[in-house]
Amino acid sequence: MGQFLTKRLLSMVLALWGVTIIAFFLVRIMPGDPIEAYFQANHIPVTEEVIQQLREEQGLNESLLTQYVNWLGNAVQLDFGESFMTNNPVIEELVMRFGVTIQLALVSFVVILIICIPIGILSAVKRDSWFDRLTRLTVFSVASMPSFWLAFVLVYTMALKLDLLPLMGWGTVDMMILPALTLALGVVPYYVRMIRTSMIEQMEQPFVTFARARGIPEHIIVRRHIFKGTLTPLITSLAMTLGVLLGGAAIIEMVFTIPGLGRFIVEAITARDYYVLQAFIFVISFFYIVINFMADLVCAWIDPRIRLKEDAS
Amino acid sequence: MKKKWALYVSSVLTGLLFLAAIFSPWIMPNDPHAPNMVMKLQGFSVQYPLGTDHLGRCVLSRLIEGTRVSLSIAFVVLIATLTISMIVGLIAGFVGGWIDIILMRVCDILLAIPNFIFALVIVGALGAGMKNLLIALVLVTWVGFARIIRNMVKSLKETDYVIYAHVCGVAKWRIITRHIVPFVFPQMLLLKLISLGTTILMISELSFLGLGVTAPIAEWGMMISESKTYLTTQPELMLIPGIMISLTVLIFNAFGDSLRDVLYPKTT
Repeated sequence: MGQFLTKRLLSMVLALWGVTIIAFFLVRIMPGDPIEAYFQANHIPVTEEVIQQLREEQGLNESLLTQYVNWLGNAVQLDFGESFMTNNPVIEELVMRFGVTIQLALVSFVVILIICIPIGILSAVKRDSWFDRLTRLTVFSVASMPSFWLAFVLVYTMALKLDLLPLMGWGTVDMMILPALTLALGVVPYYVRMIRTSMIEQMEQPFVTFARARGIPEHIIVRRHIFKGTLTPLITSLAMTLGVLLGGAAIIEMVFTIPGLGRFIVEAITARDYYVLQAFIFVISFFYIVINFMADLVCAWIDPRIRLKEDAS
Repeated sequence: MKKKWALYVSSVLTGLLFLAAIFSPWIMPNDPHAPNMVMKLQGFSVQYPLGTDHLGRCVLSRLIEGTRVSLSIAFVVLIATLTISMIVGLIAGFVGGWIDIILMRVCDILLAIPNFIFALVIVGALGAGMKNLLIALVLVTWVGFARIIRNMVKSLKETDYVIYAHVCGVAKWRIITRHIVPFVFPQMLLLKLISLGTTILMISELSFLGLGVTAPIAEWGMMISESKTYLTTQPELMLIPGIMISLTVLIFNAFGDSLRDVLYPKTT
């Protein structure tokens, strides 16, 4: 376990450092300089002197390397500068909205698990039955639909025609249902397939045959032996899906006008709010990397084969 | 036998999509950009088979132009990522050593940023537009494939026939072109074909957010975004482009999957 931990920790630190480079320099490839770009994008008339003065203030006249070192030094202390749009510290703006997006992502996770675990298991157990066929067909079709379109279709049917759920907004539980569902539907096909194939693989393992030979009832075999084997790929996938959900949230939040991080970032991009963009990519990646690291640990803890394999190599 | 049929049907449909994209200027019933305010938000008619949008533009013509736009972007992304990941993967896998370690660490870092968010921020930094959308999609998608190629090349290097070629004194570039590329390339092409649908979805998602293809060029995601104001009165303006995206992605996915089933039957 020791070697496994150090290896993973090292690669995590390296990835985090790499992300700071990308976060800093990616935003610098913006045509023109950030201050000029901001005034231009928002059609604010401004004199050359004011731009010069702002550049001086923000340290944009220094060399890129000095700027990076300064930025990194501040970033470590969670100081990402001030948003051009709101004049508040960027980190405050992000933290304020992060909660909403995480809430949306968590509800989506619950929706994903509620839909996918029973369907995936049933599909694998009753392999090639009409249920399995129907599931595969549905999953294949849903995987082809863009999430924002599904969102509109659901809004049109559920909110406008049937009047079952609120149209948009955020705050109450019923307002969460449609966004979380559409966000979840984007990855549901992947999970149903993953659980199904993983279950089928497990079923062919010798320990399952042995359990059957011992006369253990089928439902116990499914629960204790077969499903347990799908747990590790499930956990790894959940951590990876977080990235997909955080990205998808940008779209869903735009559709449902949810005051989350995704919508804020699309607004920041349109307004060319450069410090927000830098902080956003850094914070999201940081979060994503740490969650994936934790998922690796949990998997190694559940399944000793993983940590033993890495220790040996 | 059943699998062969799936391949036949899906390849014919894929072919039709590409034909529609190539010959789009000739099969459009109307100019996709010409506004006609007198005829705005009309239903289906002979002159406008799928009706008109809020500016009186022909929906069918815009749909056909959207096919051309999406397919050509996806196609260029396919070629570009295939080239980049082949080069990086071959170098990392075949040369090995420090170069391999550095290239793979770079891949690790790029993979640490969620895909869509990475694309979003690249387009955000460069500005909207078709060229920048292309750059973003290529930058985001080459990494995973380079890593797969590198692993394939690494294990191929250990095979008997490559070692034998080494012993016989065959030049390195010849080993690569004769023994490694012919094995790696078809599998990579297949994987890229399977991911074509995902690329199409990403194009429409970014364009929906106003960060991809820009007006006046018609694009499916943008058409949906423009239609949202008329959701209550003209839901078909939202439905039609969405059905088009879903069908296209469905056809590409079916084509990729059935091709894999026929070529590599064991893996399924």
